[in-house]
Amino acid sequence: MKAKLPFGVRWRRDWQMVLMMVPGVLFLLVFFYLPVIGNVVAFQDFQPYLGIMHSEWNGIQNFINLYDNPDFWDALRNTMVLAGVQLLLFFPVPLAFALIVDSLVSNRIRRAFQTIAYLPHFLSWVLVIALFQQSLGGAGFINNLLRQTGLDPIPFMTNPDTFPLLVVGQLIWKDAGWAMIIFLAALSAVDVSLYEAAAADGAGRWRRLWHITLPSMRTVIVLLLILRIGDILSVGFEQFILQRDSVGPGAAEVLDTFTYYAGVVGGDWSSGAAAGLAKGVVGALLLWGANSIAHRLGEPGIFQKRSGS
Amino acid sequence: MTAPAYQVRSRRSARPVWKERPAPAYQSIKALVLGGFAIAIIIPILVVVSTSLASDKDIIEAGGYVLWPKHPTLRAYGTLFSGGLMGRAIMVSVFVTVVGTALALITTISLAYATSRPVLFGRPVLLLVLFTLLFAPGIIPMFLIVKQLGLIDSLWSLILPGALGAFNFVVMRTFFMNVPQELLESARIDGASDFTILRRIVMPLSKAVIAVVGLFYAVGFWNAFFNALLYLNDTSKWPVQVILRTYVLQGKSLSADQLGVTPPPQPQSLQMAVVVVALVPIAMVYPFLQRHFTKGVITGAVKG
Repeated sequence: MKAKLPFGVRWRRDWQMVLMMVPGVLFLLVFFYLPVIGNVVAFQDFQPYLGIMHSEWNGIQNFINLYDNPDFWDALRNTMVLAGVQLLLFFPVPLAFALIVDSLVSNRIRRAFQTIAYLPHFLSWVLVIALFQQSLGGAGFINNLLRQTGLDPIPFMTNPDTFPLLVVGQLIWKDAGWAMIIFLAALSAVDVSLYEAAAADGAGRWRRLWHITLPSMRTVIVLLLILRIGDILSVGFEQFILQRDSVGPGAAEVLDTFTYYAGVVGGDWSSGAAAGLAKGVVGALLLWGANSIAHRLGEPGIFQKRSGS
Repeated sequence: MTAPAYQVRSRRSARPVWKERPAPAYQSIKALVLGGFAIAIIIPILVVVSTSLASDKDIIEAGGYVLWPKHPTLRAYGTLFSGGLMGRAIMVSVFVTVVGTALALITTISLAYATSRPVLFGRPVLLLVLFTLLFAPGIIPMFLIVKQLGLIDSLWSLILPGALGAFNFVVMRTFFMNVPQELLESARIDGASDFTILRRIVMPLSKAVIAVVGLFYAVGFWNAFFNALLYLNDTSKWPVQVILRTYVLQGKSLSADQLGVTPPPQPQSLQMAVVVVALVPIAMVYPFLQRHFTKGVITGAVKG
């Protein structure tokens, strides 16, 4: 550990690097911290022509209004349902894919599958939903095929009851391959000699999976679960705003779209901001809570003391 | 030097002696799962590309969608690129992607380099960035700030808010911290300024990570849909993604007037051509950068 140099010396040594930090810091102040402060409109009766400075304060009135607004509760309920379905049906898929891919002997097949599976992650939601619509939509090619063979078309894209399944399907299509990366990395870090020793002791493939592979991946799985829980109220914004018209707000209204439609479209800025702020704060609290539970259980989680950074 | 733990080993060139051959049942399940998923990804993309290339006759014969065009034609693309709304949208998207990526890379590289070293103010600035990973400011305040800055209906509203991504920053910084410090020290003793060190030593050593982070940014700018919906009312400034939504998802038809061509090709092939235009740039850079993904993502995830 070096002794602390006086400020003048460090400044003369470091001024160029301090200069390098300026654009990034400016960006953070203008497009992150200023908006964070801008959340005060959640406590105002915000009028666009008066601006933040001159709008009247009204305490927690906006939150009380939200509490009385059935649309907000619908959005919250949809969000929770969708988050639950995603956690249950999406979360295990990349792990399963990773386990299968890792067990492949042929490098060529592994690489081919990885190349194809990563690709959809880079497509925009608009594109993904367009592809789904062209495949599963009322005029899409699957229904075209059904009609040509004399069967009734199935309304995959517009049925509110099956909408959560459709959404998870889209998410799996787009991101399951990509989410596999981190599990694959964790798998490749497992010490091969452990498997060898276990095999020598007579452990079959399932016992090796249960006693070596899964315990080795516990840290990564817990880490991703924590992050997912912190993000649970963001079930995916563009995906829902793009499909809200075809399925209807009854099924596709989530907290983010509620914020957008109440605030930007409906002009009720304060309610929108209140919903957005509530969501942000609850998300941060959930993240912190999940992480401290993980700590109690002896997992490193996130925010542990990092060495070397 | 030992390989870092996150490097995916190619250890399976042969089956380890202790590992039994999988039973045929397991083998078929694996093939079914992986093959099925791969096909589910490829078929929709193939149908879209084929239909965009199909002639009017092919489309009418197939009753809408074509799996393989018999008389391929580039007519739909000719129409799109001949100007009009779509031509302008492509220009907008290219502009936003190129300028945005360049700007974001400059911001990220310089900030990541400075904070990767024990530098004055480095610690608080680092915390400032990392905090952004935990909390999102929300749509309404973002909109109000962008409006306050007078960026509504300006393309800068698509570029500036994306000029620094915390995740990309973390990836970049982690990589810079692994550049041997002795190299930097000796350059400094030789009298190189920090700008010179960054440009002449650190950046040439970091081409791979710069390429990956650049790709992540470029994909973000190219795919941005919601910002455009939020900040741009002027249809002549719409990027490709908003056109895609309006004319493919919402099914509005592009009039001959907007296309600048009469008579227009089959609406199906035109729509699919819009989809392909949104898709192609990504599909093109993707294979070149794919081998760097794993490393980039894992570095970010481990240190983030």
